[in-house]
Formats: sequence, structure tokens, C-alpha cells
Amino acid sequence: MAKNKQAENKQAQNQQAEAPKGGLFTYAPAPESPAAAGEIATSYGHFIGGEFVDSSGSEALKTVNPATEQVLAEFAQGTDEDVERAVTAARKAFTDWSALPGSERAKYLFRIARIIQERSRELAVLESIDNGKPIRETRDVDLPLVAAHFFYYAGWADKLDFAGYGANPKPLGVAGQVIPWNFPLLMLAWKIAPALATGNTVVLKPAETTPLTALRFAEICRQAGLPKGVVNIVTGDGRTGAALTAHPDVNKVAFTGSTPVGRSIARQLAGSRKKLSLELGGKAANIVFDDAPIDQAVEGIVNGIFFNQGHVCCAGSRLLVQESIQDELLDALKRRMGTLRVGDPLDKNTDIGAINSAAQLARITELSAAGEAEGAERWAPECELPGAGYWFRPTLFTGVSQAHRIAREEIFGPVLSVLTFRTPTEAVEKANNTPYGLSAGIWTEKGSRILWMANQLKAGVVWANTFNKFDPTSPFGGYKESGYGREGGRHGLEAYLDV
Amino acid sequence: MSTVAANAPGAAGGGLQDVAASEASLRRFLHGLPGVDAVGLEARAATLGTRSIKTTAKAYAIDLAISMIDLTTLEGADTFGKVRALCTKGRNPDPTDPTAPRVAAICVYPDMVATAKAALAGTDIQVASVATAFPAGRAALPVKLADTADAVAAGANEIDMVIDRGAFLSGRYLDVFNEITAVKQACKRADGTSAHLKVIFETGELQTYDNVRRASWLAMLAGADFIKTSTGKVAVNATPPVTLLMLEAVRDFKQQTGIQIGVKPAGGIKTTKDAMKYLVMVNETLGDDWLSPHWFRFGASSLLNDLLMQRQKLTTGRYSGPDYVTVD
Repeated sequence: MAKNKQAENKQAQNQQAEAPKGGLFTYAPAPESPAAAGEIATSYGHFIGGEFVDSSGSEALKTVNPATEQVLAEFAQGTDEDVERAVTAARKAFTDWSALPGSERAKYLFRIARIIQERSRELAVLESIDNGKPIRETRDVDLPLVAAHFFYYAGWADKLDFAGYGANPKPLGVAGQVIPWNFPLLMLAWKIAPALATGNTVVLKPAETTPLTALRFAEICRQAGLPKGVVNIVTGDGRTGAALTAHPDVNKVAFTGSTPVGRSIARQLAGSRKKLSLELGGKAANIVFDDAPIDQAVEGIVNGIFFNQGHVCCAGSRLLVQESIQDELLDALKRRMGTLRVGDPLDKNTDIGAINSAAQLARITELSAAGEAEGAERWAPECELPGAGYWFRPTLFTGVSQAHRIAREEIFGPVLSVLTFRTPTEAVEKANNTPYGLSAGIWTEKGSRILWMANQLKAGVVWANTFNKFDPTSPFGGYKESGYGREGGRHGLEAYLDV
Repeated sequence: MSTVAANAPGAAGGGLQDVAASEASLRRFLHGLPGVDAVGLEARAATLGTRSIKTTAKAYAIDLAISMIDLTTLEGADTFGKVRALCTKGRNPDPTDPTAPRVAAICVYPDMVATAKAALAGTDIQVASVATAFPAGRAALPVKLADTADAVAAGANEIDMVIDRGAFLSGRYLDVFNEITAVKQACKRADGTSAHLKVIFETGELQTYDNVRRASWLAMLAGADFIKTSTGKVAVNATPPVTLLMLEAVRDFKQQTGIQIGVKPAGGIKTTKDAMKYLVMVNETLGDDWLSPHWFRFGASSLLNDLLMQRQKLTTGRYSGPDYVTVD
């Protein structure tokens, strides 16, 4: 019996002889059941006025599972007319919704939060299938945070008088919200929860590669008995988004996505009375001093750039390491990267899942090639990648300077650029020398240096001895080309109040 | 005697020869080690605990865990009969299934070593003994050395010593260092061979993770063959973060000196699920080099039965119950 097991393990080892994890202790697959995602319809329309409705147009888009390239469902390309219907429904619902006492709105939000918790496995699996991110992250990070955001803003709904914006602050009206594909459900929660808590109604457009969980969320709104029209979901690509943000009866636009699109929205809205908040790109510096807790810094670097395949606007994509510990730290980092498990997102042991789309994979590939062409040294652990689907190895570039494209442009993938510095002042100069300013990380055991650095760094979030930690109570947002406005925390209310 | 080179020949290459030349140099070295961020360490240990170990991996891990157990009885009420019964269990953990692997060692008090040795004759199961005034370690050095020599003379293959936590916490690192080197000397047998030395920190009493890392390096510099978390006799014994930290310390030590040191978490590891989490930590921190009873042990008494029940479940497809494994 034991012999057999040994033999089986040996066999498994031989099959994965190239895998860096290798070894006798090879984890057997631990797949989550795709059936747990619930039924996925072959085609979807929009969610308008509390009903699932067909699009007025005939154009349909497809959403694929990026791990297999299989088509999951068709969904509607929202037309101007669809947007019109959705905004009209939201405007109609606004009168009653905004007149409800905060405590009543809170009840709906609490109910939504609890349903999200109850259905979290279903939503986690669906998110993983549609997005490509590992189930470990959707299960342990995304879904708990989604529920937490609804709980948190439910708590604010009847306490708006005490939020610091004067007595009885008023909602803005209809909020048009456009969200990205990297955290489909979490970005939906960041947008919808504060909007509803403050008495606004919503028309939301999810990203065209990840519409499924937003449509499932629409079901949850119905399950929670949310009044019709308070939340409306219109699907489609950038054309639908543009129609939504341009709609004259939208009072507030909230956008999370790329800087170029954010810039065009800002241009479009200039001169109108619409309130705008933008969460755009980033090129965060993760700064490691020679007195840092090395083992935890390595974990933080890995979490900073390889979490969600690096599809994170606040990812720590530039590692700034003090020259004196460069070799030691890079050795440790490479060793750690060798243990990352890339593959099937539904396997509970997968650390890095699929790249969200072919287009994104092409961009990552192109920028990485540019890194090599410009003379940076490329390194990635040997690991088998699945045959179908969109995959990219966790990749490290050393010898990077501020002048390299990979140090300046947002790659939005699992690619880390390593730069060095000698003094704290130089670290600050390099960290701030970017058009972006969303986040930064500091690793040192010296408390006074943390405080000094945090004061110098031009970034909306500065993490100390940790990275990529999110909490609904903590405001999030950027400087410069990373956008304006804040989401989360008490500050997140301001974007949806007439103050 | 006070330099590392004299005790750990391989250390000569690591540039660590003069670390223990004086109290000041030893302190400077230990306090110059990278700090430990508690939040990050605990988060990492928790993440590793979420690995899903199923089917073939689970079967492999269960047998590996059994083979790594230091099956232990350390009670004031221990008798020769109790120790003999435990040895029988160690040789043949599951009477219904002879394919179940043997444990690594039987761990007893020094006065029980001869009994255990006799009961284990003809097997490769080691006899480990907790010497040095276990568990408090509050005795004069000559007493501790006599305790050790006595256990070695009785045939112990491995000595589990406790460090003087009082000396460590008051910053007398050199005293702790010298005590370990002295016990290491006492582990020597007449024929020139030596019993393996496991150094117990009682991490629950050291309180901080920084202290655990310093204690790890201190013991390794002084010539420990294994570093071990705890005695099992205090409120807080082995925890995943503490064990992870010690694994990182032995990894760094090997990288710097070429010397491989073993790790033994002890106390409070009771279930198969717990054991799996520890093996995952070893696997992902140190890899194959340490995934063997030569380099990793579980100090446990009740863990074995849970592993056996899980093993029976995998073999038969059914859960049995506590009456289907023995209570020795």
C-alpha cells in the first residue's frame, strides 16, 4: 500500500519533472466544482427597472472563460436606447428611494450583504470562471470584501448627518457607474454600496469581459426586494459606457479603469454639472530598506505584484530595493516565485490564474518584450502553462532604470520591475517620479522612517510592512493621473452627496 | 570552545567564526538579524494553511507524517510498562494494517531510556530523551550535563535539551550558547560518535518572534542538530507561525553555512489536518531536502491515532472510530 503510494507519487513527480515545485510532495488537484456557479444562461439582456429585459439592439457580445477560451454566455451590447431606458428607470426610482429614511435604505443594504454572504461560494466560483482569477482569491478576498462594503455602507445610511458634511446632506440623483474587469464584483460593491446608502439610484455598466457577476448581483437585488429601478445594470463595451456617461440626466459619473478612458470621460464631462470621480492607473513603488523584515517583505512583494495576476491598479509593480540588500532580496524573491502555482483558477491550490483576455495578454507580452529590448534582464520560474487559455508566467525584470518603458507604463500583469536606490531621499525621488500616484509600500523596521516616507510619497495609499490590503473603512484613490475622488470609508460618501 | 568554528566545522565558510567570541559580538550578531513582522508572518502561515491536500497527496502526507513522529510520553506517572507499550505501538502503529509506517522515535525521560532501547531492539526507531532538567531547565549546569550523559550512556540516540529561558530573556546569550555547546559535548559517546542534539526553546515563553529567530540562530551557531519549539508543558506550544519562522531560520542558516539543521514542532499538534499544514509549510519553505524524518519531526502523542484513522478512511473508504486504533 505504502509502496503503491510512493510509486504514484513518483509518477506524479515525473509527470511534472519540469515544475519548480517538483518534489515528492505533489499536491493532487483540488478542483472547485464549476457547477457551484449556478446556472449560466446562454444569453443575457439588461436589468432595468427591476426586470431582466432584452436589448433594443440586436448586437451581442460573448464572454469567455479566460482559462479555457470557451464561450460562457452571450450578452447584449447596450444601445443608446437601452441606456435611456435605464436612466429613466433610475430617475423614476430616485424620488421614492431618496425620500426613504436612512434606516430603511440600510435594511436593504444589510439584506443584500447577507445574501452575498449566503451565496458567496456561488459568486466566488462564477467570478473565477468569468475573470480567470484563482478561486482562492475570490473565495478568501473578493467575496468577504464585497459583503463587508455593503455592511459598512449600510451602517452609514442612517448616520449621514454625522459624516462631516453638515446636517441632512442630499444625494446627487442618478449615478452612472462604469467598472473594470479586474475585480468585477468588488468594484461593483465599491460603487453601488455608497451610492445607495446616500440615497442615489444607479445605472452600472460592467466590463465587457466580465459581465456575469453583475448580472447575478441583479438577481440578488430582486431577492432582497430592492425597489424597482434603484439598481440598473446595462451591459456592453465602451460605446455603452460612453452613452451612459454622456447621458444628460445622469448627475454623477464614477469610473474605474484606464487613464486614457478616464481622460476622455473628463473631457466629455467638462462644463457639465455632473460630478465625477475617477480611479485610474498606477505604477506603485514598493520600497524595501536594508533593515526590512526580509521574509515578510518578500511575501509583500509577491502579494503586491502577483495578486490577481497583477491586474491591480495599485499593484506594487516597481520594486525599489536598497542596493546593499539587492542580491539577498532578489535571491529570496526568486526562490519564492519558484513556488507560485500557475494554472486552473478553480483549483484551490492555484496561486496565479489566467490573464483576463487575449488583448490584455498581448499588451503584457508586448511590454515585456520592450523591457528586454531596452536592456533589462528578464527572469521567470520554469513552470508548465496550460495549453488553452491566456497565461503569463510571473516575471521579474532586474537592471531596470526609470527611463525604461516597463518602469513608466502600467503593465497590468504579473511583471515586476526591480530598481535600486541608496538613500531614503533617492527612494522618494524615484517613487514619485511617475505620472501616477495611487499607492506605495514601505518596508522597514524603523517607525520614524515609515512616517517620514509616508509624508513624502505622493500616493493615495501608503502601506507600511504590508501591501494590497483593503478595507471598507479605508479611503482609496489617487494623485495625478491615477484619478481623483476617494472610494471607501467616510470619504467615499462625499462622491455621492451634494456637498 | 567559545567560537563557532570549534563546534560547527562547516560554519567556517559562513564568516561566522567569531560571532560568539564575546557577549558583545554575539549580541550584535543576533540583534542584527532581519526583524520579523508579526502580522506578515501570521498571514503567511495562515495562507499556507489553506492548501487543499487531497487523495494521493493526502495519502503520501499521512504516511510521511507518521514516519516523522517522535511518539512521546513525558508524564510524572510514566512506568516501564507504559513505555514498553508505547514502543510496541511505535513499531506497529496499526495492528490491522502492517503497511502503516513506523514512527521516527520514541521520546521518554532519561530514566526510561534503557527500557525503550530494549523494547525497540532490532528496529531503526530512535530513542529520544529529554535531558537537561526538562521541562523547566532550572538546575545547575553539572546536573544538566550529568542528566545528558546518563541518557546517552543508557543508549539514547537523540537528546532533547531545553535552553535556559531566564538567561536568554535577560540577554545572557553567551551563557545559553556555552550551555548548548557543553551539552553537545556531553552527547558524545565513548566510541567517538554522538547523540543528536535537539534544542528546545519553549517559544511560548520567549514571547516575541524576534526572540524566536535569535534563539534559532543561537542554537544553530552552538551546534544544535535540531531546533524544537517547545516542551509541551506550557500554555502555548508549537504554532504554525513560530514553526514557519524556524523553518526560515534553518533555510537561511544552510544558505550561509552549508549546514542543514532539523526542525521539530512539539505540543498541541493533534489532528491530521494540523499535521498537513505543517508539512505544507515545510514543502513550500524548504522543499524536498527537509521532507524526511531526518530533518523534520512532530513531537506528539495523540496525533498518531488521528493519522491512523484518516489512513484507514483512505484505505477502506469509511470512517472508523477511536476504538479501531490502539490507546497505548
